[in-house]
Amino acid sequence: MKPPAFDYIAATSVEDAVAALVRSEGEGKLIAGGQSLMPMLNFRLADPAVLIDIARIPGLDGVEETDQGLHVGALTRHAALEASPLVAKHFPVLAEAMSHVAHLAIRNRGTIGGSLSHADPAAELPLMAVLLEAVLRIAGPEENRDVPAEEFFIGALTTDLEEEEMVTGVTLPYLPAGSGWGFEEVSRRSGDFALAAAAATLLFEGPVVSEVRVAVTGVDDLPLRISAAEEVLKGEALSEEKIADAVDIVRASVNPNSDAQASADYRRHLIGVLTARVLSAAAARATKGAP
Amino acid sequence: MSSKHRLQLKVNGVAHDLEVEPRLLLSDFLRDELDLTGTHVGCEHGVCGACTVLLNGDSVRSCLCLAVQAEGGEVTTVEGLGTVDQLNVLQEMFREHHALQCGFCTSGMLMTATDLLSKNGQMSDEELREGLSGNLCRCTGYEHIVNAVRAAFAERGGDSA
Repeated sequence: MKPPAFDYIAATSVEDAVAALVRSEGEGKLIAGGQSLMPMLNFRLADPAVLIDIARIPGLDGVEETDQGLHVGALTRHAALEASPLVAKHFPVLAEAMSHVAHLAIRNRGTIGGSLSHADPAAELPLMAVLLEAVLRIAGPEENRDVPAEEFFIGALTTDLEEEEMVTGVTLPYLPAGSGWGFEEVSRRSGDFALAAAAATLLFEGPVVSEVRVAVTGVDDLPLRISAAEEVLKGEALSEEKIADAVDIVRASVNPNSDAQASADYRRHLIGVLTARVLSAAAARATKGAP
Repeated sequence: MSSKHRLQLKVNGVAHDLEVEPRLLLSDFLRDELDLTGTHVGCEHGVCGACTVLLNGDSVRSCLCLAVQAEGGEVTTVEGLGTVDQLNVLQEMFREHHALQCGFCTSGMLMTATDLLSKNGQMSDEELREGLSGNLCRCTGYEHIVNAVRAAFAERGGDSA
């Protein structure tokens, strides 16, 4: 199929793009890499009156260290994130997750801001944003605002973003030194969306788990942090029993769908298996404290 | 009807300056406006990889890119590799290893492999297969395709181009 007809504006600045969104009165759509939007246009599932191309806005591309954390510009491509030495240094879990995003040609073009704004409930980047407590920077006609990832994602393909706003970047607060990590995803074929994916970070203080995060995706309308599972692990030595308790809580906390790819029961089982694996992997990678 | 937009870009080293509708896909632009029909169109929603071209050196799916998004860019299609009389190394390896049957996926495979060759010194078989996994071949010639790309890496030597 071919896209429907639309007008096209190549925005030259964030202000320019936001002004074009305001002028479009809800009929405008931003495009950056277009790796989610272009299929929707080709299928005519999207029919915007005007397409506002933000891909050439200067200053929105790249990864840099700041006092608040690692800042990633909205126009940074998946492939750039995957290859970034700064990502490898601070967030190896993110580099690993990026390698699971679709295929090479998609990663060469798809952007961080685009994936977050699209909010596919099985995509890797929203999962990473929730796990890493990312703060999204959002530009609007009146003011700019910062929104934590957990408040940004509202449902399947639904975010806190207003019609006249755009994501300009995301800040990932650094993890405590010595943190371990794990990421596991199962999909039917290489590069497909996840049937389910789990990720964890974990920090030991002496023999006990002092900090732990567990996040899952593909098993609900949005990526989820499972704080109840984190609570049973915190302040305790990590044991197979504790991991099994966390797995039970994760399975009870999610609400997966059945579709042609997998049943809800299978997804619920799978996310438990993946949770146990990412917790073990995170523990193995974490710096062990003195007993 | 949306108005046409001016588009300036280079395709296989040749500069073009023309006007296109915003909704024109890069794949259709190459095939219908420039008669570069080596770029094949399969699924038109980013699954099959047949339409893969290089945009500013990166492999991209030309069906998931508007022609206007390539403004100011440099596109390389399969016509920009070797010629019929003088195949480039990768094409020669495809011929030698019988890496094509019907040929529909071949141009996309070649362009993805060109990206891999340009950015990697060496690749393990696992990395090679992962790199090529976004391109579908319905004649199921994957073994021969992997063999051909592996041979192109060997022919080229250890350093990335």
